[in-house]
Amino acid sequence: MLCYFCASLMIHIRSVLKGQFTQSFILQNLYNLLSSIKFLTCDFQDKQYVGFATLPNQVHRKSVKKGFDFTLMVAGESGLGKSTLVNSLFLTDLYKDRKLLNAEERINQTVEITKHTVDIEEKGVKLKLTIVDTPGFGDAVNNNECWRPITDYIDQQFEQYFRDESGLNRKNILDNRVHCCLYFIPPFGHGLRPVDVEFMKALHEKVNIIPLISKADCLTPNEVKKLKDRVRDEIERFGIKVYQFPECDSDEEEEFKQMDKELKECTPFAVIGSNTVVEARGQRVRGRLYPWGIVEVENQSHCDFVKLRNMLIRSHMHDLKDVTCDVHYENYRAHCIQEMTSKLAQDNRTDSPLPLLPLPTPDVETERLIKMKDEELKRMQEMLEKMQQQMHEKDQ
Amino acid sequence: MEEREVEERVVEIEHPLPCLSESDTQGIIKGRDLFGYVGIEAVLDQMRRKTMKAGFEFNIMVVGQSGLGKSTLVNTLFKSKVSRKSCTPNYEEKISKTVHLQSVSHVIEEKGVKMKLTVIDTPGFGDQINNENCWEPIVKYVNEQYEKYLKEELNVNRKRRIPDTRVHCCVYFLPATGHWLRPIDVEFMRRLGKIVSIVPVIAKADTLTLEERLEFKQRIRQDLQANGIRVYPQKEYDEDAEDRILNDKIRENIPFAVVGTDKEHQVNGNKVLGRKTKWGIIEVENVAHCEFAHLRDLLIRSHLQDLKDVTHNIHYEAYRVKRLNESNANGLALSPLILENGTLEKSDRKPILTDVCRTVTGQAYGCM
Repeated sequence: MLCYFCASLMIHIRSVLKGQFTQSFILQNLYNLLSSIKFLTCDFQDKQYVGFATLPNQVHRKSVKKGFDFTLMVAGESGLGKSTLVNSLFLTDLYKDRKLLNAEERINQTVEITKHTVDIEEKGVKLKLTIVDTPGFGDAVNNNECWRPITDYIDQQFEQYFRDESGLNRKNILDNRVHCCLYFIPPFGHGLRPVDVEFMKALHEKVNIIPLISKADCLTPNEVKKLKDRVRDEIERFGIKVYQFPECDSDEEEEFKQMDKELKECTPFAVIGSNTVVEARGQRVRGRLYPWGIVEVENQSHCDFVKLRNMLIRSHMHDLKDVTCDVHYENYRAHCIQEMTSKLAQDNRTDSPLPLLPLPTPDVETERLIKMKDEELKRMQEMLEKMQQQMHEKDQ
Repeated sequence: MEEREVEERVVEIEHPLPCLSESDTQGIIKGRDLFGYVGIEAVLDQMRRKTMKAGFEFNIMVVGQSGLGKSTLVNTLFKSKVSRKSCTPNYEEKISKTVHLQSVSHVIEEKGVKMKLTVIDTPGFGDQINNENCWEPIVKYVNEQYEKYLKEELNVNRKRRIPDTRVHCCVYFLPATGHWLRPIDVEFMRRLGKIVSIVPVIAKADTLTLEERLEFKQRIRQDLQANGIRVYPQKEYDEDAEDRILNDKIRENIPFAVVGTDKEHQVNGNKVLGRKTKWGIIEVENVAHCEFAHLRDLLIRSHLQDLKDVTHNIHYEAYRVKRLNESNANGLALSPLILENGTLEKSDRKPILTDVCRTVTGQAYGCM
């Protein structure tokens, strides 16, 4: 079958290149061509091509079938445009039935956690998007520990995942862990306020925080730059660990590296959201109509919305999930297990509160003991061997 | 010659004088009924000359979270650098841990009219995580100014012109959230609306479109009504129908959505105060863009004297009655000032003559 194919190809090529190239040249080209065709025949397999280069395609196909999920949390005072931004990001209207409270109800309002889930599909790829909202945050007169319900919620999701992971049936674990938290900084201030600093410090070890400057249409370009510099300084000064974009590999293209650098210098992003479509420069765009002009949400010179969207959805969504799984969840897990083992050691109980599989990970103390014992064993074994040898020599 | 003049005068006198036929009616003799020019209206000129010589005093307090543009707005209102920020060298934007009030005074002159303007700033208001009782220093300050004026007034040898440090107007800055009044706004305005004239404004209003602005204002007005907060101009103090019409128009527009700036740009060949952004220039004095012009007209051009009158006749009088009643109950001279949190303030002035106090109290009862 293959020989027939080669022959026919050779004839075809010769007829095309008649008289222009030597036969050896043609054969060389043919050989290169055939070796680049991914045929999985026995003849070729053991020569140079194994075929696991198709693995990404297989993963791709499986994930597309399974679909992705992403949990995004939005936090900030009310009236900073959180709902509008979420609607603009995902081009949906998640807050259609929202009811705004009146004066009496608001006096006694506490921080709530609300979840909206929506399934979006684009070009055959399904995304189950969950938005966790925090109405009431920072609105009261006394905002002491107003972030407590939020940290409790995040811990709850981690705990639920931990239990599911340690359980018997692990086929359908529901991943409700929060992958990313968008924190809205009001543009009215001169930088971070005390409540901003405290919130971010309480959450930076539990979730990926991306600070945003909201309602950026009330700032002139100079003011935006000043505020961004100020916020960056204060984040560094207070030691807040916001989400860092992963470094580019050195073998990436220059253009990609340049884009990445620009992205990093632009944080925190100054964003504007809009629920309405207006007419600007002959096109219909998402924007806000003012008597003095039209603000276009997707215009890069007006605000950083496009950068945020690209970063959040198009390039770093998977990285956000990875960091959540590898860093934040593992931190939680280690902390949780340490607590449990210390509790066990204290109480001296045989049954653990959670259905754990085999042994809990030994802590540093026991590891050291084990190492010592191992070394002792090794020494004893060596001694035994020596003695055996001596006895052997004696016998002989 | 003289005889003829006397004759003429005698002849004139025979005509009936326009007079009040009955003794104590409150009839008004109209100007057209007078047979000559009396010159009553010249008293306005005299007043004007006197006030121009003496000058005005105006004390305005600005309250709001940091970064809402209070200093910029005050500078824009009075077209000069009068705010605390412009006067302090090496000013740094820092959020202070407590609320402390700072006042800066300037004398501004325009067309021969001098005004002593005092701007009282309240840095630290509403900036902390726990903002409970952050309004107390402000309430204390306002009452202290009333107390100072009262003491001076009750003094036997009082000054001809009592220095007026009472807060005539309090401009409260609401952040342009677009939703509703926050609990801290409600608490503050409820407490201070009783002792001073509050003018709420929506700060940095260039982040709201026109529809959002209207909705926001409506919701604020509803909230104010639901909480029983009275802002300036209060409905109860309208003196006549003309005032009422004018003030109703203002009340429909409260709170004013303002934008402040001190930078000028060129628009259509004119130099205007504005903010330049990538999508257009926001003209501060253009009524189609924001309501700064309305606020300025209210505060300075049309209601400045009214604000002072309301402060003197209504808020100060209420304070005075309260204090004198307290001292009357004690039977002594003016009792020490009781602060809002229940502690007593030490008074270091000598006790004022009791009979002066009593006649004054009698007057107070008479006129209230």
